[in-house]
Amino acid sequence: MVTKQTGIRESAMKHYIKKSRLIILLTVILTVSGCASMGVDPWDRDLLAKSSMAINSSPLDQSIDDHIYFSKEAASGGRSFAGGGCGCN
Amino acid sequence: MQLISKNCFSGNKSLSLKSKLAIAATSLLGSTATQTIANETSDDDWNFSASVLAYSETDRVSAVEVIANAEITIDDTGKLNIKFVLDSLTGASANGAIAQESVQTFSRPSGNGQYDIAVGNTPLDDTFKDTRAQLNISWSDLINPESDYTYTLGTNLSREFDFRSIGLSAELARDFNQKNTTISGGFSVAAEEYNPKGAIPISLTSMAIRGNFATEDEFNTAFEATRSSSSKTISSGEFLLGWTQIVNRTTLMQFNYGYADKSGYLTDPFKIVSIINSQGIAQDYIYESRPETRAQHSVFGLVKKHLDESVIDFSYRYTTDDWEIDSHTFDLHWHIFADGGSFWEPHIRLYQQSAADFYSTYLVQGEALPQFISADYRIGEMTSITLGLKYGFELNEDQRAEVRLEYYRQTPKSIGNERVAGLENLDLYPELDAIYLQVNYYF
Repeated sequence: MVTKQTGIRESAMKHYIKKSRLIILLTVILTVSGCASMGVDPWDRDLLAKSSMAINSSPLDQSIDDHIYFSKEAASGGRSFAGGGCGCN
Repeated sequence: MQLISKNCFSGNKSLSLKSKLAIAATSLLGSTATQTIANETSDDDWNFSASVLAYSETDRVSAVEVIANAEITIDDTGKLNIKFVLDSLTGASANGAIAQESVQTFSRPSGNGQYDIAVGNTPLDDTFKDTRAQLNISWSDLINPESDYTYTLGTNLSREFDFRSIGLSAELARDFNQKNTTISGGFSVAAEEYNPKGAIPISLTSMAIRGNFATEDEFNTAFEATRSSSSKTISSGEFLLGWTQIVNRTTLMQFNYGYADKSGYLTDPFKIVSIINSQGIAQDYIYESRPETRAQHSVFGLVKKHLDESVIDFSYRYTTDDWEIDSHTFDLHWHIFADGGSFWEPHIRLYQQSAADFYSTYLVQGEALPQFISADYRIGEMTSITLGLKYGFELNEDQRAEVRLEYYRQTPKSIGNERVAGLENLDLYPELDAIYLQVNYYF
């Protein structure tokens, strides 16, 4: 049996979900439209093409750091898969 | 087995180092793939890199790690990457028990022998020794030559003395807006198995110590009673969503969201918890117990900015999980260009985490035994700082090298639930210092 209070709670929940969806939709629209105005033409990529500007400019360092921090701290991943492959103690 | 012609890679009678390494790398893939690569590529399509690491903690673990990495570009867009890692660890690791005003004795995890810890010292199990070999292979390419979609498939295999794992991953990325925007999505799955010497301890049972038993047989019987199966498994699945954006000629940024789910034996079989009396004196040690599932969310943001004579690389990561561990990581690299293609790169990393909800430094005699408990400081509250400096230089047109020195300090913290007097003079949260030197070579 649906009580009046439960009904109010459900209605508030639906309103909250609708509001959350609207916020997410607006964020996506603003982000995508914002992205379209960002960026450079292909002939302006001289600096971006440098190896030091690569997203992961030193995979060897990253691999070693991931292994050390995975074995010493509770958090992992974020930049790439959190992984495992190490019974680190 | 099909043998590969020496001339496949080099075109000369005498093999260059690159050719030899190319043959070695592709031999991992089977003879058909090796022959295909050999027929369609030359030495110049290969890029090799190698790294040697020497890692040392004060009074604890020392490690040496070697990485060999080979990458080949096939038909302009396909990239095959093969990475082999070998590391060797030795030294002492905190067993979870707290320091005491008297000498403490612990059984080794294998049940063979015991070790004593001096007054006031943090109990460290000094039998920690392992060698790990890991192989990662990944392949990425455009879905078709005109496509905006790039796929990546990867696998990794890892083997230690008492641990092995296998993982698979797949990712799809799409470029938009003249390749200024890239959206990616990927997932990975892994299976791991623990097989420690002396079998898996039963969580929450008391550690059997030889001195408490009249005969060796009685001790062995008691030790065996704390053991369950000889091995345990962990399975995990993850997905990662990414957005990379070129902002302008000098700036790019990346945002990732990741979700990782692990299930199975997430307890550390080598960790114990002290049970102390109201005077703070250890009465017993029990094997720790962790939940069999863990779900972690992560958010990661990166900004790279090219300044006049340098590149700033700044990232922030936030993670939260259902063990109630939240973490914040700030990472800053400053890549400063110097003469002749060389560079200097100072580095600072700051990390902070909260404790797992079942973390406790000790248990007091008479308190109810919780379902889950761990005194492993690595899931306790802590901060850490890393300071580093790297120098990179060119050896000649095709070869370059880097030397990196990093200093790492962990500072575990009290979670503020001390409830026993008598421990004031003991360091329950010792700091850990580590230093590591790494040399990278690219050719």
